[in-house]
Amino acid sequence: MTVPVDDRSAEAAAFLASTEREASHLRLLESEAIHILREVAAEFERPVLLFSGGKDSIVLLRLAELAFAPGRIPFAVMHVDTGHNFPEVIEYRDRRMAELGASLIVGSVQDAIDRGRVVEERGPRASRNRLQTTVLLDSIAEHRFDAALGGARRDEEKARAKERVFSARDEFGQWNPRAQRPELWNLYNGLQHRGEHMRVFPLSNWTELDIWHYIAREGLEIPSIYFAHEREVFERDGMLMSTGQYIQLLPNEHPSKQVVRYRTVGDMTCTAAVPSSASSLYEVIQEIATARITERGASRTDDRTSEAAMEDRKREGYF
Amino acid sequence: MDLLRFATAGSVDDGKSTLIGRLLYDSKQVFEDTLDSLKRSTAGTNFDDEVNLALLTDGLRAEREQGITIDVAYRYFATPKRKFIIADSPGHVQYTRNMITGASTADLTLILVDARNGVVEQTRRHAAIAALLGIRHVVLCVNKMDLVDFDQARFASIVRDFEFVQETVGLERVTPIPISALTGDNVVERSSAMPWFEGAPLLEFLEDVPIPSPAAAGPFRFPVQYVIRPQTKDLHDYRGYAGTILGGRVKSGDAVVVLPGGQRSTVESVDFAGEPLEAGEIFQAATIRLADDVDAGRGSIIADAAHPPTVTRELVADLCWMSEASALKPRQQFLLKTSTQRVKAMVTTLVDRLDIESLERVGEPSELALNGLARVVIRTADPVAVDPYRKDRWTGSFILIDPATFATVAAGMVRETDTSKDAAAAEESVYA
Repeated sequence: MTVPVDDRSAEAAAFLASTEREASHLRLLESEAIHILREVAAEFERPVLLFSGGKDSIVLLRLAELAFAPGRIPFAVMHVDTGHNFPEVIEYRDRRMAELGASLIVGSVQDAIDRGRVVEERGPRASRNRLQTTVLLDSIAEHRFDAALGGARRDEEKARAKERVFSARDEFGQWNPRAQRPELWNLYNGLQHRGEHMRVFPLSNWTELDIWHYIAREGLEIPSIYFAHEREVFERDGMLMSTGQYIQLLPNEHPSKQVVRYRTVGDMTCTAAVPSSASSLYEVIQEIATARITERGASRTDDRTSEAAMEDRKREGYF
Repeated sequence: MDLLRFATAGSVDDGKSTLIGRLLYDSKQVFEDTLDSLKRSTAGTNFDDEVNLALLTDGLRAEREQGITIDVAYRYFATPKRKFIIADSPGHVQYTRNMITGASTADLTLILVDARNGVVEQTRRHAAIAALLGIRHVVLCVNKMDLVDFDQARFASIVRDFEFVQETVGLERVTPIPISALTGDNVVERSSAMPWFEGAPLLEFLEDVPIPSPAAAGPFRFPVQYVIRPQTKDLHDYRGYAGTILGGRVKSGDAVVVLPGGQRSTVESVDFAGEPLEAGEIFQAATIRLADDVDAGRGSIIADAAHPPTVTRELVADLCWMSEASALKPRQQFLLKTSTQRVKAMVTTLVDRLDIESLERVGEPSELALNGLARVVIRTADPVAVDPYRKDRWTGSFILIDPATFATVAAGMVRETDTSKDAAAAEESVYA
């Protein structure tokens, strides 16, 4: 189920006026992203767009549609599915693919576990977050993709803030932050050796707020869990986690029903909800504009492992 | 709301990252969880609430360990007047190429100097690079004024020293501001310790400075990235050239020329996402349909027929050498990428090298080392369509790629498109 964007209230009218103010800035970001998407289509033979059903990849997919209209998107579309995703998001993902008439490649973490390719973490804090890296790299190799487009943004996290738009990966899928190619003007260097691949991030210069303004401007549907809803949650390490079959409760954890929404969408074991009554795009944007906590800080347990958690995972080949 | 992209430059320990941290912190752009993690971090000892603001931008493990910036970090903030993209760039000479990366898309550069040390070699280097990169406006941030007792005479003497640099390297406009990133003086709030300074504090200046773009005022330029041909029943004959407008503007009916081939045509329609636009403006991603069947594809530039770019196999350019692996020697071969064109190319001549210490040009160097800046003559295997960089930074810039490693080894800016205009180059050129 998705929430319609068209909310005919006075607030929504005021909000539409505010997105109008954002327009020139959003148009520049939109054109920059489209430029990058077209460079990828022209310079690579087998590019893939990574689509999770989260807000950033929703915007990325929309930009790909705009970039090549009235033609079709010249990319394969792939989702690395941990098997622990929110059902609302998977439902959205499949419906969006049907709309586009595109077929989705699913890299399944569950399959990799069943085949013994990766070993599932155990215990109440187990997460499949890190296992995604192996499945992502395996899927890229299996389909011989030479470029993978992702929706990551530099404002999300400090290691991401350092990454190039065209970010080279060696034959092991590794990122080497000390040896990044200089990236000048809008001249992206897509050349690489066989077996290497490029990660490309067209939304590098977008902020969380830009994404929301763009979703509003384009009237994009997003999964319902981004808006306030009642959910059974419990508190762990100061964060609100959803109950469900994938997460075990510790003895002192007591679930209760609360009104929450999600600020980021990853899998259920590492994405936390935030208390919120924001039920429209307008309200969500108001909330983010005044937020004092970063989106990943508010909702991602996977970044909390250490100061360099993202850098270390990226070196291994994470998104 | 418009967008200002600026880069930071300066020597190691001049306080660039601290200044960015201060801008973000004082304009309330630092989130509580980020602050908490900095407070926990052991390196933070010299700031309000024991926070080391430099750690806000030094995002890599090695940077935090060594306390220096290695690579460009991009930061984003907004005030009610403007959105800003900051390229926080390394100061260490070894990472100059990363600084160039940050400056290449910037509208403006902040060059920091330490008030105690004044203008040093890195200041001159960064000023020279800013001038070469066509950055019209430099803000000279004389930092650490608190350590020189906010002394007006010290500030004035540094400003005078920099005037000499400005003239020598050819910077258009310089705005000096005395600041202390550590204490916040003249960053966001006007300093009460320096009542003698009458200019605006840094943030106010950044909010109000106009952002002129020579490319926007110039003739129409549209490098073709990709050809859209749906080949469906409905759109059987649709043939759209996809690209970004990187000079001037365009509307249907405009007379254009397709380069390097040289065929003329008329713009039938300027589309976005399959819908016609009234006109296409600078930096707009668009799809152009032409009235005639012409030979155009990736690598072509669709341009104003009356004011086309130059089509040439030889160009004189300013080059910054970026390879750690080896020095540049004459007659080395590369792949050259400019706009959407990629051709084989050879650096035939190193005309002269810019000596950063003396700011003088040294004739006929035998080679160019990492971070070296030189005027060169380049010969390409096929004709390329280019503009002088000073007229359009997007169609006048190029990169050189090592054909074996595929590393990006040089950044280049087209100086002259007709080598006969440059006496020295013509004399040197083996292809004259």
